[in-house]
Amino acid sequence: MAFMGHTLSPAPLWHNGPTPGAFYNFPANSSNLGPASRPLQDFRAHSASPITTTTSVVAVKFDKGCVIAADTLGSYGSLARFRDCPRVMKVNDLIMLGSGGDYADFQYLKDIIEQKIIDEQCLGDGLNLKPRSLHCWLTRVLYNKRSKMDPLWNNYVVAGIQDGEPFLGAVDKLGTAYEDAAIATGLGAYMATPLIRDVTEKGPLDEESAKALVRKCMEVLFYRDARSFPRYQIGVVTAAGVKIDEPVDLKHDWSLAHMIKMK
Amino acid sequence: MASVLLPEVSAPGFSFENCQRNAFLEHKGFPAPKATKTGTTIVGIIYADGVILGADTRATENTVVSDKNCQKIHYLAANMYCCGAGTAADTEMTTQTVASQLELQRLHTGRTVPVETASTLLKRMLFRYQGHIGAALVLGGVDRSGPHIYCIYPHGSVDKLPYATMGSGSLAAMAVFESRWKPNMTEEEGKKLVRDAIAAGIFNDLGSGSNVDLCVIRNSGPAQYLRTYEEANVKGKKQGSYRYTPGTTAVLKTKVIPLEVESVSVQQVQPMEVEPSPSRR
Repeated sequence: MAFMGHTLSPAPLWHNGPTPGAFYNFPANSSNLGPASRPLQDFRAHSASPITTTTSVVAVKFDKGCVIAADTLGSYGSLARFRDCPRVMKVNDLIMLGSGGDYADFQYLKDIIEQKIIDEQCLGDGLNLKPRSLHCWLTRVLYNKRSKMDPLWNNYVVAGIQDGEPFLGAVDKLGTAYEDAAIATGLGAYMATPLIRDVTEKGPLDEESAKALVRKCMEVLFYRDARSFPRYQIGVVTAAGVKIDEPVDLKHDWSLAHMIKMK
Repeated sequence: MASVLLPEVSAPGFSFENCQRNAFLEHKGFPAPKATKTGTTIVGIIYADGVILGADTRATENTVVSDKNCQKIHYLAANMYCCGAGTAADTEMTTQTVASQLELQRLHTGRTVPVETASTLLKRMLFRYQGHIGAALVLGGVDRSGPHIYCIYPHGSVDKLPYATMGSGSLAAMAVFESRWKPNMTEEEGKKLVRDAIAAGIFNDLGSGSNVDLCVIRNSGPAQYLRTYEEANVKGKKQGSYRYTPGTTAVLKTKVIPLEVESVSVQQVQPMEVEPSPSRR
């Protein structure tokens, strides 16, 4: 009877193998799983498929800042389940973050980012997080998660004021990151982006016309996106600060219905 | 048998003649070829005096542009035209087939054919082929009951709408329509709206590009086919030349060797006797 060390439990007999009495997942052997045939997942891996999802985020840069808009619906597949899921958050006085995709993943990152800001305030060194740094940090986090086959299933839009200039950037669940004057995620990329680009390419916008443009995009998306909702939130960031309005109802016009007759 | 006046009526129901042969071929290693999709933006609207159809002019083979300036607005009758998206061959042949059937109908009845007839002929044919004919069409025309726009899908379903878009650029074009279409627009407003919708498709969708074609069909008067209404993508002019100016390389010596003709001879060649091959359809 040789006792090895002062440990109460015996030292493991081997590594990377089955532990007696515990469930062992034979590596890469799907035939062992029987009629289920879906590969069994490690209980720690999450977001293999999004559950409660949110749809497009639409964002425009204007002369003195940026506007972000997103509706407040959390869909459960094709069920319009949660009608009050705000997804435009204030990060600090200079940054605003919008998110589309899995809502749980957004809430997870939201808590982490809020804690980051609290830690920064506790440091009290007078330095504030800037939009480009948040954009970079998000890119690295999302890219790393996806490289481990465990993505945060979201599309983020970062808007803010960077060194006095408006900043607008996007990061998606693969870690693809870019900056542009017109950003829309989800179905908005196909429907809202052409509308926004048409206006921004003609010249710089002011705050009111940017908000009107974004409201128009939300209306068009409500007509054509089957997972959208007529209640949305607009957030504006300028050098003066971040202002995220309460959700408002969309004005939509269905008078066209009288013109559609099959005969 | 097809008579002069009546087009041939196909046997009712589905024909499964080739299914066994296709399955055998696939088993032997010859699967059916995949039809390549052509990205497109096609649109149609109803305005105050009729309909306006619009299309881009890019034909693609996967990621290569095969035709920079193709025609996607096809003639069906004097009072109706049809834009086609999807497989180029399918849209071309389907519209030609239906155009000939419509002409026979017009001659048989002596009247302008209603747009609904074209829509019915197209949808019956497409449904019979269960979506294997990849033709997504925007049919627009004017008849006794007014202007009409029909959206016909490859599987045979039809939508009758005041404005319609099809093709890979349809979302970009539909965004423009949803934000700016209103009933009873003037011709200028209508043309501008259609041009803007096609431009949205051209610049935001990779499957669409090149120029904008329009076709205006008014309630009274002939249809006006505006081929290349706008050249949205003009090829840039080359700004420099790669040619070297004469004298860049110094000439050290010149030697001219004239070729002297020694003799000329002419030989007759008899054409070969070949049997004429039987003509094949």
